Amino acid sequence: MIHLVGPVVLAVALIGLGIMGVLTRRHPVMVLIAIELILAGGLVLLVTSGLVGGSRWSGASVLPLFVITIAAAETVVALAIVLTLFRHRRRIDLDDGSEP
Amino acid sequence: MTSLDLAFGATGLLALVGGLLAVTTRHVVHAALWLVVALLGVAGSLLVLGSELVSLVLVLVYVGAIVVLVLFALMVTRAPIGPDTAHTVGWPRRIGGALSGAAVAVLLGAVLVPLVGGASGGAIKRAAVDSTTVAQDLFGVWVWPFEILSLLLLAALVAALAVSRIRRDETEVPS
Repeated sequence: MIHLVGPVVLAVALIGLGIMGVLTRRHPVMVLIAIELILAGGLVLLVTSGLVGGSRWSGASVLPLFVITIAAAETVVALAIVLTLFRHRRRIDLDDGSEP
Repeated sequence: MTSLDLAFGATGLLALVGGLLAVTTRHVVHAALWLVVALLGVAGSLLVLGSELVSLVLVLVYVGAIVVLVLFALMVTRAPIGPDTAHTVGWPRRIGGALSGAAVAVLLGAVLVPLVGGASGGAIKRAAVDSTTVAQDLFGVWVWPFEILSLLLLAALVAALAVSRIRRDETEVPS
């Protein structure tokens, strides 16, 4: 037996931490790390929701794998954009809105 | 309180401590390494919940690939080894960010905790997802999304290459 409050609290706390990181970081890679935390919270919530209910939702075993894969693809493109930004502007401050 | 609850508490605490340090530390390389700790905690939590394959894929893809990629990106963008003094933010913004994160967490928790039966109820029997079920789902019902996902990965690879090959003179608007 396992109580479902623990997973839900973990997911919610991870999402809160990620939002805190997105709002307080100025380095784009650090913002990406915070977004990974939000995605991890969503993943825990997805797996937990698959455990609830009488009959197991058939997508609950597969959809978390899809979420991980799509998040990985998104991270790759985001890091490529960050690297290009650094090559063009020599600085990667998200608060710096000046033209290159 | 069962042994599964205790195991989940330990791994969840690991994930939360890692996540908190990943978003608050001023060393950028340490932040990436604390993300490893947080993701290992999440993977352990998923293992306790019974999703063995998802937790293994999380370790392989995130800890193995994404964090290494993040560390490479930090190296290429000349991240400082010590504390990152160029990207510090003031205390009002830190407190505001922490308050916003706490508010989101409290709101989501207020909605989701009653949904699973409140703080005391909601105990269910752990049923491990075996690989045979996952394989039958993945290559039966979900085979077309799976194939489209491989196309998405290819598109992401090509897009990353294309973005990183943009030259500076191509982006400048002729005046």
